[in-house]
Order: sequence, then structure tokens, then C-alpha cells
Amino acid sequence: MDSTTQVAANGQAPKMVAKDLVTDQEVRWCPGCGDYSILKQVQTVVPELGIPRENIVFISGIGCSSRFPYYMETYGMHSIHGRATAVASGLKASRPELSVWIVTGDGDALSIGGNHFIHILRRNFNVNILLFNNEIYGLTKGQYSPTSPEGAVTKSTPNGSLDHPFNPLALSLGADGTFIARTMDRDPKHLQETLRRANSHKGTSMVEIYQNCNVFNDGAFFIYTDKETKKLETLMLESSKPLIFGENADKGIKLDGFKPTIVSLADGASANDLWIHDEKDAVKANILARFFDNPSKENHLPRPFGIFYQEDRHCYEDQMNNQMGSVLTKKGKGKLDELIAGKEVWVIN
Amino acid sequence: MTKTNEVLDSVAIRFAGDSGDGMQLTGTQFTDTAAILGNDLSTFPDFPAEIRAPQGTLAGVSGFQIHFGSVEINTPGDYCDVLVVMNAAALKANLRELKEGGIIIANIDGFDPKNLRLANIAPDQNPLENGSLSKYQVFTMDVTKITRAALANDSGLGVKEIDRSKNMFVLGFIYWMYNRNLDHSIKFLTEKFGKKPDILDANIKLLKAGYNYGETVETFTTRFTVEPAKMAPGTYRNIMGNQAAAIGLVAASEKSGLPIFYGSYPITPASDILHELSKYKHFGVRTYQAEDEIAAICSIIGASFGGHLGVTASSGPGIALKTEAMGLGFMLELPMVVIDVQRGGPSTGLPTKTEQSDLLQAYYGRNGEAPLPIVAACSPADCFDAAFQACKIAIEHMTPCFMLSDGFIANGAEPWMFPKSEDLPKITPPFITEFNADGKFLPYKRDEKLSRPWAVPGVKDLQHRIGGIEKQHETGNISYDPENHEFMVKLREEKVERIANYIPEQKLDSGNAKGKMLVVGWGSTYGAIRSACTKARAEGYDVSHAHIRYLRPFPKNLGEILNNYDMILMPEMNNGQLVKIIRDKYFVPAIPLNKIMGLPFTSHEIYDKIIELLKVEETVFASNGATK
Ligand SMILES: Cc1ncc(C[n+]2csc(CCOP(=O)(O)OP(=O)(O)O)c2C)c(N)n1
Ligand code: SF4
Ligand SMILES: [Mg+2]
Repeated sequence: MDSTTQVAANGQAPKMVAKDLVTDQEVRWCPGCGDYSILKQVQTVVPELGIPRENIVFISGIGCSSRFPYYMETYGMHSIHGRATAVASGLKASRPELSVWIVTGDGDALSIGGNHFIHILRRNFNVNILLFNNEIYGLTKGQYSPTSPEGAVTKSTPNGSLDHPFNPLALSLGADGTFIARTMDRDPKHLQETLRRANSHKGTSMVEIYQNCNVFNDGAFFIYTDKETKKLETLMLESSKPLIFGENADKGIKLDGFKPTIVSLADGASANDLWIHDEKDAVKANILARFFDNPSKENHLPRPFGIFYQEDRHCYEDQMNNQMGSVLTKKGKGKLDELIAGKEVWVIN
Repeated sequence: MTKTNEVLDSVAIRFAGDSGDGMQLTGTQFTDTAAILGNDLSTFPDFPAEIRAPQGTLAGVSGFQIHFGSVEINTPGDYCDVLVVMNAAALKANLRELKEGGIIIANIDGFDPKNLRLANIAPDQNPLENGSLSKYQVFTMDVTKITRAALANDSGLGVKEIDRSKNMFVLGFIYWMYNRNLDHSIKFLTEKFGKKPDILDANIKLLKAGYNYGETVETFTTRFTVEPAKMAPGTYRNIMGNQAAAIGLVAASEKSGLPIFYGSYPITPASDILHELSKYKHFGVRTYQAEDEIAAICSIIGASFGGHLGVTASSGPGIALKTEAMGLGFMLELPMVVIDVQRGGPSTGLPTKTEQSDLLQAYYGRNGEAPLPIVAACSPADCFDAAFQACKIAIEHMTPCFMLSDGFIANGAEPWMFPKSEDLPKITPPFITEFNADGKFLPYKRDEKLSRPWAVPGVKDLQHRIGGIEKQHETGNISYDPENHEFMVKLREEKVERIANYIPEQKLDSGNAKGKMLVVGWGSTYGAIRSACTKARAEGYDVSHAHIRYLRPFPKNLGEILNNYDMILMPEMNNGQLVKIIRDKYFVPAIPLNKIMGLPFTSHEIYDKIIELLKVEETVFASNGATK
């Protein structure tokens, strides 16, 4: 857990509530947009964390989602398209004690900002990335994005998109991310719990949030949120629990070697044979991230939600400051006049 | 045998060889020794474009020129007096830099059939033998053979390692020729190879062998003495431009109390600033090698938002990548320093060569109306002051600020009468910790400089949001109001213009306050212009020199100065950039003088132009007089 969470327990900071995080700015997303729910869950969870709001910074890129910081009564920066991760890296490196949150979209993080996205993951700054994935460019009014499925008909692809989409979680694992999770705008409880877990992870927490853009890509994720389909199409991951899904929790996932297969508990398969979720298992996390079939495919695997992977690995900013500390111990505090004079001087009278 | 001794005012020596021959090291060693012996000096390293070009070829030639003297030295020397060449390619590539009658010292071994072939010279056209060098004084020595012999039995080194040290023999010989002592280089070698006694012994042995060779061999009968220069009294050190820039940043950090966050992506010729700063962790400097230039500048935006002094450096192509983020920095009104160590452009251009390529990029290279202050360094040591001033402007005026340097001064060296830290001005960051309006915080409320307060995360109650979208005056809230936008554009421009109230007035570097001609320069052309003007004035020509450090905003009196002369000449190592801005702003008919060869001006090139223009004027006046 972050040390900052202790403060509230000690009663030193007055208790914050959600409305303390609301700004005087009018929220400008389209009515019905999934972003509203995400904002609400963030404003619900953050006060519980016990971090004074002046120590919190939200940094975003450009996109509908990236408007987010304007609505959070914390420090915030609405930067430029794709670069929030890079800005946050510099802030966290210089001010490690701050709680830094990045808000980004699928285009922002994975298209124009793809490079910084993979690099922040490998460096493992202790920040939280909230990737609002709506599989579309919202702000620019409906072009396909790097997560849009092949064949997607959008403003810029009237005959269907030719691009093969990114799998954001597989990409994050490939970049050696240390906390990889997926959640959705329409499951407030799950979203909240995922945010809590993301915050308590020390390292870069990558949270992909399926977000409905009701104007340009309405219903992209309804299959995972609608009552009729949800139970069959989603696989809710829980640590140390078997992978079970289905209408009546009657289906399970078993590993045949490295191959996941669906078994029916109703037809006599035993829960003991099922794959038990282990957040620390990188190999299994990679297999889980590949549960990415198009739901129209016959016998497809359900889409997992929850924490796929968590690993404790040193953070860049700590290493940086340790290195500075050890040089300081070894050399002593630098003396400017000695630096200016250098090693060899001569005097002219 | 007796040797004669001749006293000289100044000498330019060029060391040239294959990139593996250690010519840069030889040159810097000679430079440091000359500096310690009190000579004024200026250097010019001429790197090959390829890091590992095939040995012995023209592409692999690396050169280093040092001009040192007992008189004022402003340039690395138009032409060299002595050319030391390790092989045929080095001679072929550098002969045009040698004065007529100059001295060539050649390593015979580098002119064997193989080396001739690599240099594209016919086997029967060895320049050391075919009489083509009759205009010069040629001395040959078989460096390879002598060094191998000197270390033959007892060095414990293989032939390869022995050959690699042969530059020390050459250095020792040149030390002898110019009556220098070996102390500095012995000390240097001891520090460098202290842990490898075999190599240390071999290097010192060769250094001494080179020196003794001069003493004993009969072909060399003359030694030269260059007395210390009569420089202003004070304490000096020798310094290179990138080094000076790095130290200037640290000084600004100390004087402002802000830790440096340096985010950068490697690029020639700016990388040495990163290398240098990465050694200064005990000064609180954080260096961050980002994944690209965009990430580099964005990381410093984050750091500056957090209350640190964000600094980034690059060269032309990298600066281009930083463009959008600079616009963001401009809108956020956060202090940041962007250093552009310019090189030949466009595109990848001439990475290892110098050019004043990016003034227009720095001036205009952003979308929308986004003026940024620009400070230019004019010599290696001046990079300290330029970097310091750029930080001061950035911090006290809450803006990104450009510092322009270039490959020539970044890698060049000169003696520097360095300041004491206590004499440097204090820098005051406009931090704010309380409300600045009744019961609230207005992040874009402005002071008399028109700059805004700096509230950093962690300060209670001053939470605020900033971004690149147009803002309402004072509140900083998003605003699409048409009147507000025009107002804000003008306001931000005026803010940058007002910096003119806080920088020194433009001074003349030399010459009369009114007269026939003013030569106006900026950046690294300083030394060449200064020498050219001094020479022309000594011959009776009425010419003055002004060198502009603050390129945006210009000093308030610049227009007035420009109007005091009949003619304005503007030498630039580009196709005419400052000249466009000056003409546009002051409506003066400035005459450009351009050199776009990846090489610095020689003072003669500028001198010749001055004379040409002033002579034309004389004849015009004379003929006018005749008809009257
Ligand atoms: C350099 C640059 N290129 C293009 C744009 C235009 N642009 C703004 S947002 C955006 C895509 C946004 O998509 P996404 O990141 O998925 O965010 P969403 O609006 O869907 O939340 C684009 C292309 C820009 N602002 N800046
Ligand atoms: S365009 Fe889509 S993503 Fe953007 S605000 Fe509207 S509904 Fe939300
Ligand atoms: Mg999107």
C-alpha cells in the first residue's frame, strides 16, 4: 500500500469526499457517454485513498477522454496528443512523492503515443494509466482507431477498416508492464475495485477501461455489459479462484498444455481441474491476454476482466533517486565553485 | 648540435590522421598545455562524418586545429602554419588548410602503397616524393617504426597496442618543437591509465621519445617559442562549449534553488551536454535519456510543472520534433530551457559540421503565434553565460527559452576567466503558495512582467488545471471567446517583448559609435568578425562590430545603433536568417554575407567583404565628387 494512505488513518488530513474533487467546470462530454461513469467512479475511489488532493496530479493527452483533468479538483495538465505518458514520466521522476494519474484514449495511447506508452511500462514509473478504450476516435468525430476491429465501418473507412487491431493488454505485457487490468464503464463496482488495486500497486498500473462512445461507436462493448450476454461473454478474474463463467456459472477454462479450452461443469467436468487464476504468473497472463477473439467467432473464449498480472519490480524514479543518493554519499554535495574551476587553472597577474 | 630558437606571436597547428590515430586527444592535450602555459587560444575539431569509416580513407580523416598565441586569439586560424599528417588521406584532405610555405610533418609509414591506394593516389604519385609539395617545408619521420623500436622489448604490449600509442610520440615531438613541457600530459596519462601500468609506461615513454627525437635528430634545427598572452588578470581554465553550457545550467540551478531535470535524446553535436550533466548527480541534477525528442521535451514539461528546472537539448532534426511540445510549454507558461546545438541542415544534413541553421526555426517554428525568447552563445566559454541567462529568463519570465549554440563552439575550446559563484546574479522563481485573488487562485494572473505565478503540486488549495487550449485571461479556464483569443495572443507576445526591459542594452564590440559600416553578427561568428574588423580598422577603414546575444526580444537600443551607420554587413553561416529578421523589424538595407559549407568563416572572408564594400563606396564617392 502507498504510504500516503496512512495519513488519513492517522487522522491528520481531513476526510475528503467525492464532491471535494468536483471542479467548477461544466462537464462537456456528450450525454450518455461512458466517460461520465468513469469520472464518477474515480471521484468515489480517490477520496478513500487518503491522499491529500494537492498531492494528486491528473495528466492527459488529447481526446474526449483527455478532458478528464478539468473535472478533477486536483492538480492537472491537459497536454498534447499522445504525450501524457511522457509528461507524467518527467513529473514522477522529479516529484516521486506525488500520486500521478494518466488519462488517455485508445488513439492517444496506442496510435500517436504508442512509443511513450511502451516505454513508460518498461521503466515502471509508479503511476496509474487509465486507458479509455472506445475503439474509435471520439473527439475527431468518428474515425477508426488502433483498437477498432478489422472491417470496422467508420467515417474514414466506409468500406471497412483494413488495420489489424492492437490488443492493448498483450502489448502491455510485451512491454513488461507490471500491472495489467481490464474493466468497464458499466460495471461501477468492478471499476472501483480495479482502481483501488491499481493505486495500491507500486509501479505502472495499466488499466484498460472499455468505454462506450454512444455517438460514434455505440454498443461496441454491450455484449460484455448487457444482461443477456454478459455472463456468457465475460470472464471475471479473481485471484486464486478457478476460471468460471456462463449463464449459471456452469462453464470453466482448463489448460491443455498451453491451450485454453472451455469445459462444461454441468457435463461433469470438475472445478478442481480448472485453471486457477494467479496474478503473479506471467506465462498464464500472456495466455489470458490472448483471450481476444471476436465474439462472432464460433467457440470463442470469453473476454476476461480484472487483474491479469501483477509483479513487484523496482520503479524508475526510486532507482533514479537511489543513484543520486549514492553519488551524493560518495562525492559529497557538489561545490559549484569547484565545478566551475575544473581540474586545472592558471593565474594571470 | 645547436638548435636555434625563434619567437612567434601565434601559431596554428592542425593535427590530422585516421580516426583511429588519436588526433582529437593529441589536439586537446596540446591545447590544455598551451592554456596552462598562458597562451590565448581557440580550437576547431573537424570530425569525420562516419564513426568507423575504413581505415586510411578520406572519409575517415579526423582533424584538430589549434591556434595559440601571445596575442589575442579569436579564431582557430584561417590557415594553419603547421600540418601534422599521419597518412596520405590526411594530407590530401587537409593540404588546402595549410599556408603557403607552411610546415608539413608527415608519418612516412602512412604513405606506403596501401595507404596511397586508400587515399586514391596513384602508386607513382606519392606526394612526399613527386615534388608536388615544393611550396612547403616537408619533414618526414617514420613514426610507426620508431615507436615500435622504442617499445620493442620490454613494454609487454602487442604491436597493435604499440601502434595505437604512436600519437604520443607525435605529441612529444610537437611539444619539443614549441618549447612546451610534458608535465600536463604526463599527469593526464597517469590519471587515465593509472590502473594499467603497461599502457601508462608505454605512453609516457613515447611522449618522451618524441621530445628527445626533436632534440637529437639533425633535420630539425629550429624550435619556436610562443610567450604567454597578455590577457586580463584573473584565474583561467580551458573550456569547451558543451561543457560550459552544462556548468552554466548547474550554476543557474544553484542560484535559483531549482533542481535541474534534463531530458534528452542523443544527437550530435548536443550529446556531450547529456554526458556532462549525467556526472553531476551530486549537484542534484537528474538526467533522463528519453525514447525520443518528443518524450524528452515532454518529460521536462512534467518536471517544470512539478517545480524543477526542465532543460532539454538537441540539434536541428530533434528540435523539429520538439516543436509541438514547445508550443505547449509556451501556453502553459512554465519555465523550460531548450538548447539547440546547431549543425548543418536540412534533414540529417551535415551532422558533424557546423552551421547557424536554426535561427528561423527557433524564431518561427511553431504553429500559431508562439514567440519564444532566444539567447545565443558566441564562443565556447560564452556558452556558460548564455545557458545561465537562458535559465534566468525562463524562470523569472515563466516561459520556455531557447539557447542557441552550434557545433563549432560546442566542440571548440578557449581559455576562460571564470566567475566566482558569489558574483553570479540570483534567480528568483515566482513561486506562489497562497491565493492571489479574493478567496481563490488565478493561475494566469500576471505581474508587471506579464508573467504568471508558479504553483506546484503539493501546495495546498492551489490545485489548478492547465493545458494547451486557449485560456481565459487570469482564470486560465478554457475559452473559445473570439475577443479573448486575440487579446491573449497579443498579451503573450507583449510578455515576451517585455523581457527587453530586463536584459542589457546592445553594446558595440569594437569600433566607432557612428560611421560607415557596422558588421552585425550573432553566435559563433564572433571571433572571425572581431578579427576581421580589427584588421580592417588597423588599415584605416571605418568599420564597427556589434554582436547580438539576445535575439528575441532584441535589446531596446538595437534599432538606434543600426541607424548610426551607412552600411550594415551581416555575416552568417547560413543562407541569411538573422538578416531577414533585422530587415523586417528595422527596415534597414542590411547586406548578407553567407557561408554554407559546414565550416566556420575565416576572418579573411569577412575582412575581404568589408574591404570590397568600403572600397566600392569610396570609388562611388570619389566619382561623385569628380562630377560635381
Ligand atoms: C498532433 C495532433 N494530431 C491530431 C490531433 C487530432 N486528434 C485529437 S484527439 C484525436 C483522437 C482521439 O482519439 P482517442 O485517443 O481514442 O480519444 P477519444 O476522443 O476517443 O476519447 C485526434 C486524432 C491532435 N489534436 N493533435
Ligand atoms: S464523442 Fe463519444 S467519447 Fe466523445 S464525448 Fe461523445 S460519446 Fe463520449
Ligand atoms: Mg477513443
